[in-house]
Amino acid sequence: MSGRAQLIAGGGLSAAVLAAAALSLVWVPHDVTVLEIGQRLRPPGGAFPLGTDQYGRDLLSMLMVGARVSIAVALVAVGIGIALGVPLGLMAAANRGSWLDEVVMRLNDLIFAFPALVIAILITAVLGPSALNAILAIGIFNIPVFARVARGAALSLWTLDFVLAARLAGKGRLRISAEHILPNIAPLLIVQATIQFSLGILAEAGLSYVGLGAQPPTPSWGRMLAEAQTMIYTAPRLAVLPGLAIVLTVLGLNLLGDGLRDALDPRLRKAAR
Amino acid sequence: MRLVAPTLCAVLLAGAAMAAEDRITLGMVLEPPNLDPTAGAAAAIDEVVYANLFEGLTRFAPDGRIVPALAARWEVSADATRYTFHLRDGVTFHDGTAMDADDVIFTLDRARAEDSTNAQKQLFAGIERVEALDPLTVRVTLSAPDGDFPFKMAWGDAVIVAPESADSLATAPIGTGPFRLARWAKGDRVDLVRSPDYWGTSPALAAATFKFISDPNAAFAAMMAGDVDAFPNFPAPETLELFEADPRFSVIVGTTEGETILAMNNRQPPLDDPRVRAAIAHAIDRQDIIDGAMFGYGTPIGTHFAPHHPAYLDLTGLSAHDPDKARALLAEAGLETVKLRLALPPPAYARRGGEILAAQLRAVGIETEITNLEWAQWLEQVFRGHDFDLTIISHTEPADIGIYARPDYYFGYGDTEFAGLMERLATTAAPAERTAILHAAQRMIAEEHVNGYLFQLAKTGVADARIRGLWENAPTQANDLTGVSWAE
Repeated sequence: MSGRAQLIAGGGLSAAVLAAAALSLVWVPHDVTVLEIGQRLRPPGGAFPLGTDQYGRDLLSMLMVGARVSIAVALVAVGIGIALGVPLGLMAAANRGSWLDEVVMRLNDLIFAFPALVIAILITAVLGPSALNAILAIGIFNIPVFARVARGAALSLWTLDFVLAARLAGKGRLRISAEHILPNIAPLLIVQATIQFSLGILAEAGLSYVGLGAQPPTPSWGRMLAEAQTMIYTAPRLAVLPGLAIVLTVLGLNLLGDGLRDALDPRLRKAAR
Repeated sequence: MRLVAPTLCAVLLAGAAMAAEDRITLGMVLEPPNLDPTAGAAAAIDEVVYANLFEGLTRFAPDGRIVPALAARWEVSADATRYTFHLRDGVTFHDGTAMDADDVIFTLDRARAEDSTNAQKQLFAGIERVEALDPLTVRVTLSAPDGDFPFKMAWGDAVIVAPESADSLATAPIGTGPFRLARWAKGDRVDLVRSPDYWGTSPALAAATFKFISDPNAAFAAMMAGDVDAFPNFPAPETLELFEADPRFSVIVGTTEGETILAMNNRQPPLDDPRVRAAIAHAIDRQDIIDGAMFGYGTPIGTHFAPHHPAYLDLTGLSAHDPDKARALLAEAGLETVKLRLALPPPAYARRGGEILAAQLRAVGIETEITNLEWAQWLEQVFRGHDFDLTIISHTEPADIGIYARPDYYFGYGDTEFAGLMERLATTAAPAERTAILHAAQRMIAEEHVNGYLFQLAKTGVADARIRGLWENAPTQANDLTGVSWAE
């Protein structure tokens, strides 16, 4: 697939999921907090375009609200990673070889040394399962990712002439990082953010699958999948649809990330040269 | 040579077929924490050992009647305070020692001792003296008349054990039953083998395995693949229709003693206010919970009593589904918004039922915060720690309405008037009078809405269609294998 096609396909899929999630803020076909047992396990059609689940909730509404929960968790988690990781990485790069650089990077290594999902389970087990703690657990593992990307890209920029010129002009390290380095590594960070975002969606689904994500009655894709497991023979769509939602969202974001990298790469290479 | 080969094949095949006919593998959701029924409260213990490894003086028959076990017969004095049990001759424990009157005295004295760890000490509370008239005759003198004593002696907690082995029963269960323990692979399974010197009719099965599978999906897969031959309490009711449609399996639906209730912490506000409890009770739509959580398996109850019991009163009308009344009751109690915690143990009836219940409570203005707990956490926090507002749990002990007389019990009711009823019940032998007292007790806890009464848990089992003799109903927590066989 060419970069452009990837960009369009990925962008389209991601936009569709985002739109569904945004729409669920103002309107869903049926209220997902109301259980109508009499309507349970309805096949798709009529008032329920995708049918109903074992509690008589509209599956389409569940998926829409679930998209919102997934996106919110992943978005905030990536936000934590960027907000903390990028400054740390920039600081480390600005003070290359200093104790600060050492401490930041070794702490990163430490976090990287743990399997992410296991620590996320540990965090939610200690703090109690909730969407907030899932955000925290996923967010912590985004910090070193962004710190490394930011430091690596910044280091190569620090040797360039325009940065030297800025230093000669008397600008401080902080100001150079913010004014000259950050704008030039932004494309790289955007690509990384898209990929981390899709990983965040997967992590949220994984955590809620084992019951450590958003708690009932808030719908979440992972839990829908878990609850549908024993019904996979009687009502397969209950498992297939949330599974498909996860796959399409992650696929869309990955395609978008790849497409963005291809689109932004030439400029990056030019900047690095 | 050309003739021998097919014959050999035939013999081998026959051998394989024969070997499969006298073994059974049963699936269970929970693994017992130990195998000593006289020291543990877990239902899983009895589900492995009752009638298989251990026997009491009397026992439950599959239909709930009390029938002789180690006591071949018994006599009761006219005032119902003295029971004389005539023990069977020639009964031995698995370690070869003989079972006689001394073992019975030891068992009963141990269970009612001050430092006893028996989970159901109240069964033995009425015993004043146990004495041997001769090696095979035991007389039990009660402090007050009790027409129900043989019923109490049928419980898994009252099985007869020997002084030589009593201290190590948790891992080395030595009883008088038709099976003995072969191996306990912790976390996986318990293997039993037929005991060669059983006093009674030897069971048809030579060996049995209890396999512990807590995950409903794994249970379904194991059943479908034939890894387990029967799952007497199948954890995924939503798959039962698939088994019903499959000629390889039979689905066994019966009754249990499991009153499934929405337990409320009567100790603390706002649930100490009967109006709030009544509001919750009227917010509940039982049929929706039975349909949504149990896929239709279950009988609505209006009080803490099993519907198949002759003394049952249908009091569901006292807490009929009426959201308007619930809202009015809340307003009357002066509560604008109510926020309660709902703790849910692992079984499907609790997890699924909880989600439905939360929606029903939300409809009348009661917000709930759901916390899913594992069994150990639930026992620690809710059952022993009393740190909860609401929880859903099935009380599977038979005829256990007496728990409402205990102020230290986890839901903390213990009304003195109710305790008086229970005391009168304990000393009443006349059936009509007992029924009257039981009716009054049922009515009292239903009118005060001590708990939300949801439904009687159904026993939904799945078994290989060729298996005969599994219990259809569950008058006690047991998987009695003595009458189980393979049909041909």
